Formats: sequence, structure tokens, C-alpha cells
Amino acid sequence: MDQRPDESDRLLFEAAILPHLDAAYNLARWLMRNAEDAEDVLQEAMLRALTYYAGFKGENPRGWLLQIVRNAAYASMRLNQGARSVPIAAYAGGDEAPAHPELADPGDDPEIALLKSRARQGLDRLLAELPVELREAIVLRELEEMSYKDISQITGAPMGTVMSRLWRARRILTEAAKAAGGKS
Amino acid sequence: MNAPSCDQTLLLQAEFDGELDAAQAAALAAHRAACPICQQAAADLAALRARLKEEVSYHRAPERLRRALAARQAPESPTRAAPWRRLAASFAAGAALAASVALFVAPEHPGPADAVVSAHLRSLQPGHLEDVVSTDQHTVKPWFDGKLDFAPPVKDLAAQSFPLQGGRLDYLAGRPVAALVYGRAKHEINLFVWPEPGADLTPEAATRNGYNLVHWRSGGMSLWAASDLEKSELEDFAARWRQEP
Repeated sequence: MDQRPDESDRLLFEAAILPHLDAAYNLARWLMRNAEDAEDVLQEAMLRALTYYAGFKGENPRGWLLQIVRNAAYASMRLNQGARSVPIAAYAGGDEAPAHPELADPGDDPEIALLKSRARQGLDRLLAELPVELREAIVLRELEEMSYKDISQITGAPMGTVMSRLWRARRILTEAAKAAGGKS
Repeated sequence: MNAPSCDQTLLLQAEFDGELDAAQAAALAAHRAACPICQQAAADLAALRARLKEEVSYHRAPERLRRALAARQAPESPTRAAPWRRLAASFAAGAALAASVALFVAPEHPGPADAVVSAHLRSLQPGHLEDVVSTDQHTVKPWFDGKLDFAPPVKDLAAQSFPLQGGRLDYLAGRPVAALVYGRAKHEINLFVWPEPGADLTPEAATRNGYNLVHWRSGGMSLWAASDLEKSELEDFAARWRQEP
């Protein structure tokens, strides 16, 4: 009914997976953008990792775990859809941004302009406001220092997509940070 | 408004990220020496990386979660008998992590209780809870026709505040079983049903890994209710289920 890994599997799991607990939580936290959801996602992911570890033959347990975390986070976001989609027009003109606006994929000027206006809120906030595909690219590359190949595997996006997402994300953050610097 | 662009920027970024081999890097260096856009972009990438390192939060796993995991690594741990199941259960239940001491209690008696809890936990994974989503027992009951070699009793207890949410097939104790899903506030109850010869049994409560179970037998069916509800509430559920015609 359930494949229950034996003792040596368990020790292997602990040795291979537990060192990456911080990375797993950090990714979950940045994807979900709050501690409570991140913890739910992490628990779900660890349960899945535990269940499927016996079948894992790869050489990159960290990437494998982060991929599971990412899938669990996306599943959770899909379940909660609707509750948090905020049209850009609803807040683009106002001074008060909602706590967690979900931006459309930028790559062009209106979004950059919007982000510039938010720049004074700090890089942490700016990163949280990036569309999730761009946010995860930055978190995996800059915070977790994963290679393009690993990021491609974790996110299921081709390498070229990873590169352009990273570029767009960095450009937005740079423009926004410069705008903030110019104001102060 | 648009930043001036250069078709080498993705390559430049790749170099910055250490993704280019020596030959590619040399070719890019020649271009870069003559390209102010790339020079600016390289400076921007480095500045952003420095700021990200400095200003962006790295969220470490909560200490209590780490402790709960570490506790299971100790070789002398009394959870030796079935550490995996307990670990899985503790991961799945946030509350159980905080109260991980409860997990060290040895099983009270054998039987399918552990399998029932495993099946309950599995069902809580996203998208696994119901195969047929309906609050109508007259929809749920026929759904099982042809999927099982028995007809599970399906009752809606909405009037008793345990509304039927749906059902699914599950596999437990070596056989296909019916799983009926009931809700109570934000909690889920799985009621597993399969045929079992023998005299009727009155409900008996058990606890596994922080989950409550109530088992009874009635009309040749073995019934197991599993939930994170309080024991008394789950017993109430069992009593009402038995009373309902």
C-alpha cells in the first residue's frame, strides 16, 4: 500500500535532505510570502520528499528537494487563487500599495514605472512584489546560488527562459533601486 | 524610458553568473571593452547582487521544525519501531510538530489503525481528498457502484453539523475501501468503510500520531473515522452517524 523505506533509506534521507531545510524553507517563504503558508508548504514538501525519496537516484538532493518545495508551493497557490489576484489598475494610481500585489509579467515600461514608485519600500518588498516566475529565479540564483541548469530543472523552464527571466527580474530591481536612490 | 539594449546582455549576465566557459568569456570580453551598455549592465548586476546580499531576508527554517526532525535522528530514539510513519505524520501535522512528545507513545494495539492514519494523511495532500465531490448522498453512493465489490453506507450528516463533502476510493489493509469525507468547521473527517464479518462492535476511540480514530462495526461493515478533531467531537460524529437511518 505504501512503500515504507527501510532503515538505511531513512538515514540516507536524513543525511541528504535535512541539510537543505533552510534552503527549502527560504524558497517556500519567498514563494508564499508569509510564514504560515510557507510552513504548510514545507511540511507538505517534506512529506512528499519522505514518500518519494526511495525512488530518488539523482546526485542533487538540494535541487530535488527545492523542486518538490516549488511544486508544493505552486499547488498551494493554485488552491488559493482568486483570493489574491489584484488588477494593476486597481492600485497603480494610489499611494498605498496593497500588501501583496501580484503584478502581471512585466518586461515593459508601465510595470517598471510602477515599481519605481514603490522603490522606497525597500528591496525586500520589491522582490516580494515581483511576479512569481521572476521572484523564484532571483531567489534561486542570488539567495541559493543555484546554476542555470539547476534552476531550469527546479522550475521546469528551458535554460533560455531562465536567463531571460533572471534578466528581466534584475532589470526591474535595478531600475527600481536606482529610482529609490534618486529620490532620497 | 527603455534601457538602451545590446544583444550581448544575456551573455554578459551568463558570464556574471559564472556560466560561460573560457572561450566564450574571452569573446565577450572583447565585445564588452567596446560596449558602454554592457559595461553599465555589468556594474548594475554587481551592484544589485551586493544589495540583495545585504538587504534581502534569508528565511531560515523555524527552530521547532528543525528540532522535531533532529529528535528523530537520535539512534536511541524510542520511535525506532516505526520512525518513518511517525516522521511522516509529524510533517503533515503542524500541531503535531509542536507536540512531538506525543509521537513517542508506543502503539496501543495492533490492527489497521496505523494504516487508517496513513490513508488519512495521504488524503490531505492537495487534490487527494475527494474523487467525487458532492454534498448529496444520492450522488456519492451511486458513484461507488461498479468501483467496489460492496455497497458502502453513505449518509449525510449536514443536519448534525458534519456535512458530507464527497467520497473516493482508497486502498487500505490490503483491499479497496470506500472513503467518505465529512467536514466539521475547518477539519476533515475521513470515514473508511469496508466489509468485515463479525458481530457489531460499539465505537472505540484510539489515538495515533496526534490523530484521533474511532472504530466500530455495524451490519458487516468495518468503519474507521480519522481526523484531527478532538476525541470527543469525533466520538460525537460516530454516535450521530450510527443513529442516522
